[in-house]
Amino acid sequence: MTSVSTREPTEVKKSGGFTASAANYIDERTSVSGAVKELGRKIFPDHWSFLLGEVALFSFVIILLSGSFLTFFFDASMAEVHYDGSYAPLKGIAMSAAMQSTMDISFDIRGGLLMRQVHHWAALLFVAAIGLHMLRVFFTGAFRKPREINWVIGFVLFILAMAEGFTGYSLPDDLLSGNGLRIIDGLIKGIPVIGTWFSFLLFGGEFPGTAIVGRLYSLHILLLPAIIVALIAMHLLFVVVHKHTQYPSAGHTNKNVVGYPILPVYAAKAGGFFFIVFGVVMLIASFVTINPIWNYGPYDPSPVSAGTQPDWYIGFADGAMRLVPPGWEFVWLNHTYSMNILVVLGVVGLFIVTVMIYPFIEAWITGDKREHHVLDRPRNAPTRTAIGAAGVTFYASLWAAASSDIMATHFHLTMEGVIHTLQATTILGPFLAFYITKRVCLALMKKDREIVLHGYESGRIVRLPGGEYVEVHQQVDDFERWKLVSYNDQKPLMLRPNANGKITVPEQVRAGLSRWFFEDRIAPVDQVELDQAHGAHHTEIEGSADKPAQISDK
Amino acid sequence: MAKDDNGGADNTAADSSSVARVEQSTGTSVVTRSAVGNPGFPPHRSRVTDLDPKADRNAERTVYTLFYLSIAGSIFAIAAYMAFPIVPEDMGSVRLNNLFIGVGLTLALFGLGIGAVHWAKALMYAHEGIDERHPVRGTDVVRARAVEIFQQANEESGFGRRTLIRNSLFGALIAFPLPAVVLFRGLGPQDQDPVALLKTTLWEKGTRLTMDPTGVPIKASDVTLGSSFHVIPEGLIDLGHESKLAEKAKSAVLLMRLKPEDLIETAERASWSYDGIVAYSKICTHVGCPVALYEQQTHHLLCPCHQSQFDVTNQCEVIFGPAKRALPQLPIAVDAEGYLIAQSDFTEPVGPSFWERS
Repeated sequence: MTSVSTREPTEVKKSGGFTASAANYIDERTSVSGAVKELGRKIFPDHWSFLLGEVALFSFVIILLSGSFLTFFFDASMAEVHYDGSYAPLKGIAMSAAMQSTMDISFDIRGGLLMRQVHHWAALLFVAAIGLHMLRVFFTGAFRKPREINWVIGFVLFILAMAEGFTGYSLPDDLLSGNGLRIIDGLIKGIPVIGTWFSFLLFGGEFPGTAIVGRLYSLHILLLPAIIVALIAMHLLFVVVHKHTQYPSAGHTNKNVVGYPILPVYAAKAGGFFFIVFGVVMLIASFVTINPIWNYGPYDPSPVSAGTQPDWYIGFADGAMRLVPPGWEFVWLNHTYSMNILVVLGVVGLFIVTVMIYPFIEAWITGDKREHHVLDRPRNAPTRTAIGAAGVTFYASLWAAASSDIMATHFHLTMEGVIHTLQATTILGPFLAFYITKRVCLALMKKDREIVLHGYESGRIVRLPGGEYVEVHQQVDDFERWKLVSYNDQKPLMLRPNANGKITVPEQVRAGLSRWFFEDRIAPVDQVELDQAHGAHHTEIEGSADKPAQISDK
Repeated sequence: MAKDDNGGADNTAADSSSVARVEQSTGTSVVTRSAVGNPGFPPHRSRVTDLDPKADRNAERTVYTLFYLSIAGSIFAIAAYMAFPIVPEDMGSVRLNNLFIGVGLTLALFGLGIGAVHWAKALMYAHEGIDERHPVRGTDVVRARAVEIFQQANEESGFGRRTLIRNSLFGALIAFPLPAVVLFRGLGPQDQDPVALLKTTLWEKGTRLTMDPTGVPIKASDVTLGSSFHVIPEGLIDLGHESKLAEKAKSAVLLMRLKPEDLIETAERASWSYDGIVAYSKICTHVGCPVALYEQQTHHLLCPCHQSQFDVTNQCEVIFGPAKRALPQLPIAVDAEGYLIAQSDFTEPVGPSFWERS
């Protein structure tokens, strides 16, 4: 490598030290120098929003570390025992071995409670970080070619992360997690034809049975993590293959990637950031209790406490179930159709499938086959940003509904009022969010145009000889201007007959969608406009970044 | 600029000399010739540590101090492990153990993390580097060679020519995982009929209503006006662990006494209550949570999971929420000794709906 040794050139000349011979030993057996050559100075762009994916990755590592510790003490058995641990209020109570071993981890093993809390907090952070990372990727258009497949991999990871969360949440076999499983059982039973049998397969007989914890344990610590590790490896491999995207900025092009090399800067920053993320999780786990199963007690199908809440990432599904109006179930031809369950499964399923295939939909509409490595500023893709805002609003409404009872009691509202309001926001909210977001994006683009053509308001007021007061407009510099003019401009598709002289229905749909996407269009300022604006100023006062204001009079 | 695979050439945005690319459709994108040109990189801005040797020394001191702090944190965590043992039945000791080990580890992690990041940001060589991008697709030569290899493999194996071999191979590959699917049948019970099981509970004619969880039988005279009892069938607590929870998940009952004139009862169910005492399944007809919250004033039952509400005065019909069906009623009577007993099992399956329910 060319520039590593500029500071201390003498270091390279030395040889025969331990490091050199160790490196030689390893390279002669692994050819690892090739990997160092390829990756060692690979460039990664810098931006705070690129850290969200790192947070997800690092919290997964934290989960693996703390989870491995927990497996040494956890007993995934539903055999009945009578609790004899340190926690006095539950002494002698019948519970499963799973619950007892979780109690022991919490109250009889030093540092055990800490590791449990690290594991749980990191799991909550894991799903949250993936979600935010996905939003970043969505709103900046980082899913465009060539990254569509990596979007799908990331999406599958998001689903698997929720599955990991739910299976882990169910393992202690406490009252709250047992009720969660009871809901899953009820959902499955509502599925036509196979529901009843599938429930019996899952639970090994009638709910709750004595098999489910062991089975979820296999999924939780073996099958799901193995798939997640494999998919993360693929996800990162594609990041290397594609090279990271970058924000529009002076000097950034679609053919380069600008940033810091892996060795040393990126390695130090990312490595250090891992410990910071770990530190944050550790700090929270030291001070804030999570999932106090000793307060809930062992699972029993009869009692339940008010104000039960799932972990946050299940909230949207739980909330969706709460929003179903009464009476959505019917019997037809001697079979029960639980629409109060099926509609929820259908709507939530449709929502997440739309998220998964969105890159392909947009690619189809634009017909743009080029690679895109420079990100969109969200405002410069108004319809996409508005769709994202609508999706976020929809998800948020469902999510809020999972706390409908707590909102009602907390703010002294009626249960019915809260549910009806959230039903309204779930259906109307996305439309409103779409409209507002799109208008805001277009307004921001107009503002950008205005700044490029006429400069920004400097806040300096000048009195003209005639007594008139005007505010000095200052030109943005070339580098700043580039960010405002370099976006990807799109216009609606012009429908033309194909080779057979026909306009096909899919093309009509595509044209309709592209009109919906790109009808409201604000083109970027081009050089001609720029020259005109700067060459022919009327009675306008202009100042540039380095020159004081000049008064130009036609 | 730090260089890597550009062979030392300074690459700027305006540089258009890169390799010729395959022309690809721009779709609805507008490509204009008069677009504003990329101005190239802004001038490099030095950090204070680059300009001021004192700031550089300060930053170095900060970094190694943070690393030493990290070591101190790790040692503190080990010491805390020993100094704050868990004393059985002393919850305060658990809290201290958790807190001090955690604080030590937090310090160890933050020292390492912040130290490394500060090192990178304040002291490491601060010029950005540039990598050139190449199209993700393989070059035409490589792709042609790949196609050639597949063709060669096809010829040498006869994969495309010997269609019987190929098709039977596909068949075999599709058939071979099927036994694995069948093996998973073993997850479910072999000798049970789920539908029959879901339609019956432990309740039968003469079963006494007993308190949950003690199993003490309940006399009608114990159930005062306005009170409610969580009820399980007599004999449930003597069952083995496995069947106990499964049976309880079906047979849990809520017992309430209202003024007889408040109850609206259909003619066929008039004899199912006893002097204003009614018993209803506690398992929600939505997805099976226990409907455990009884509002004494309004005689409403609320399911805490999804907020379905049932009206006890009106045979537990749904008045709000996602549930559709009323909670099943358990017909009750009083035996010779004054204890409450069931007249029969529930007359319909309890709990969440299922396909074969009706």
